[in-house]
Amino acid sequence: MPSATPSAIQTLLRQGPVSDAAVAEFLAAHTFPIIEGRQATFVYQGAADAVHLRHWVYGLASSQSFHRVEGTQLWHHTLELPPQSRVEYKFEVVQNGQHQWIRDPLNPNLAHDPFGANSVCAGQGYRRPAWTEPDPEARQGTVKEMLFKETKLGGPRRVSVYLPARFRETRRYPLLIVHDGGDYMRYASLQTVLDNLIHRLEVAPLVVALTHPGDRLSEYPNHPGHAAFIAEQVLPEMKAKFPLYDAPASRCLMGASFGGVAALATAWRYPGTFGRLLLQSGSFAFTDIGENKRGPTFAKVVEFINAFRDKPGKPSEKVYLSCGTYESLIYENRSMVPVLQQTGMEVRYEEARDGHNWENWRDRLRSGLSWLFPGPLWMVYE
Amino acid sequence: MTVGVLLGPQRLAPIVGEAVEMLKIDGKIAAITAGWQEREAEDQELCAALGNTSVNLMLHARGEAVFRDDPDFFAAHRAKQDRLRHLQELYRLRLASALKGARRVQQATAPRDLIESELEEALQALRLLDTHHAAKVRHIEEEFERKVRPLERPALRRQLREIDALLAECSGVAIAGGHVAVLYNRLRLFDLRSRIADLPVMAWSAGAMAVSDRIVLFHDSPPQGRGNAEVLGAGLGLFPGVVVLPHARRRLMLHDHGRISVFARRFAGATCIALDERCWVKFEGARWVTGPNTFQLCSDGRLVDPSASNPPPDRPETAAIRA
Repeated sequence: MPSATPSAIQTLLRQGPVSDAAVAEFLAAHTFPIIEGRQATFVYQGAADAVHLRHWVYGLASSQSFHRVEGTQLWHHTLELPPQSRVEYKFEVVQNGQHQWIRDPLNPNLAHDPFGANSVCAGQGYRRPAWTEPDPEARQGTVKEMLFKETKLGGPRRVSVYLPARFRETRRYPLLIVHDGGDYMRYASLQTVLDNLIHRLEVAPLVVALTHPGDRLSEYPNHPGHAAFIAEQVLPEMKAKFPLYDAPASRCLMGASFGGVAALATAWRYPGTFGRLLLQSGSFAFTDIGENKRGPTFAKVVEFINAFRDKPGKPSEKVYLSCGTYESLIYENRSMVPVLQQTGMEVRYEEARDGHNWENWRDRLRSGLSWLFPGPLWMVYE
Repeated sequence: MTVGVLLGPQRLAPIVGEAVEMLKIDGKIAAITAGWQEREAEDQELCAALGNTSVNLMLHARGEAVFRDDPDFFAAHRAKQDRLRHLQELYRLRLASALKGARRVQQATAPRDLIESELEEALQALRLLDTHHAAKVRHIEEEFERKVRPLERPALRRQLREIDALLAECSGVAIAGGHVAVLYNRLRLFDLRSRIADLPVMAWSAGAMAVSDRIVLFHDSPPQGRGNAEVLGAGLGLFPGVVVLPHARRRLMLHDHGRISVFARRFAGATCIALDERCWVKFEGARWVTGPNTFQLCSDGRLVDPSASNPPPDRPETAAIRA
């Protein structure tokens, strides 16, 4: 439904021929993209033959064309964006047959990932959670490095270890093992999140093992060497070096995307070892019949998920699962919920209007970690 | 018969100085800040509020010293704590179903008299569950004390001698909030009940919970989802007949009359008192009187000021005195 009140871009266009001065005034008067209710208007100014919005919202055409304001170099495109949405995007600028993907020059908000950075459009009502930003009052934990010289994966592996502020040898801690730990620290602000949530008493002080993969696409989909590395090397070494609770309920495997598959596969291969799972946007591709349509990268994943769906056993006790509704994996994650519930595990599933990206995973950490490892807030009355 | 004042949180609007006057304490005050754990010694603000007449008993640090000096005791204590933790988790599982049942009955569409009788039975089941849980906790504590005999162990006795010497110079006790389980464990470890029962006591937040006769943990909206109020166990029992609810405005959905009604009726027999900033309850043994704006949770879900002119219908007359 078109809004009764004209949008900012409609107001500009209604003036008739748009002058350079009017364009300059328009650009100065707004921040971009312009969010008006359920509409997001993207704007590009510059010489081009065509401009397209390239985004990662599953369900919408991944390339959407801009319109040029006649007689100017101002381009615009309006997209429906439900409240609380968060969308990462780039512009594809076409000029003289060259297609160039660029970040939105008018939008300073960026999200970083291993492939670079994207522009971020925050829909109405979305705010970056305060607990993801550094809090000067929160004491910082420390990070140490451990080296495994020989591993079940062949060759050495580095594992970083986060110890919470006020770590004491005389206390005991739950253990969280994080796949792609370096990426979680760099792109999902994991250390800040842990420092803040522990400071706020919302999450129990945790010892966190941050693993760093080799070739994650081959190691993560149900690789016996990977599972053995985690369960037979990382876990015993962590138990030997740090004061940990010795119970499955105090051990959690966490991962996103293929890392979610790795976490689930490791728990599946070592049932009764890890009583907690935190799986974000797991690449839980499966087939009911016929060929895998996601290509050879997913062949091992599909093989594993099909086997898991057939005989899930009870790999853990409590599972937190999350997925963005704008991800292509939303169907697979929704399908996983009843499978996990039928095993007798306690399952919490959450969705957000976001995509397959690190900031989506960052924003879900509070609900996941506080559910799996509630902090002493319950016990503290200052 | 212990005389004392239970207070709400003291960090933003301290009235502990007024409590000192209310109790006519003239002399040194023994401060207990074990609920702050490792930050126990950061008590400068508290000392100032007490008129710089306090001496910190350092119960948390003393506990750590005992554990360090007596590894066998430490191992036994840790095993006991593990057992209590498991028991609490099992109780939580049963509690979740029982509370869900009570709330569903309360919200059902049916003749009112039927709902009321079914709800009362559901609440009786909850009371029984809470009572049995508290008894099991007490059994584990007593079994530990019978087997391990903490008070006879040299490492503990050394600390007790020092604590007794400090208490001998004091005319009152101030117990701060913090982690209620840690605080209660330290109070029990050093047998503080018998040591402070004859002194006037000021206790706030977790401290107030720990000296009452039942510790109820509560938070209606923690980040992990709605919480179910649960019994941690008995407190020291110096001030009986009340369930103390510090930070009630922040932690309880006080506008939800149905929820508050279930809460108050579940713990009926005791009076549930919201202790927010500047609130207080003064005790002389089992008799108590509340300060202004100190509210009681009533069985109909309302909040009532017990010091107001009309006493609430479910206030235990034997326990109450008028301000």
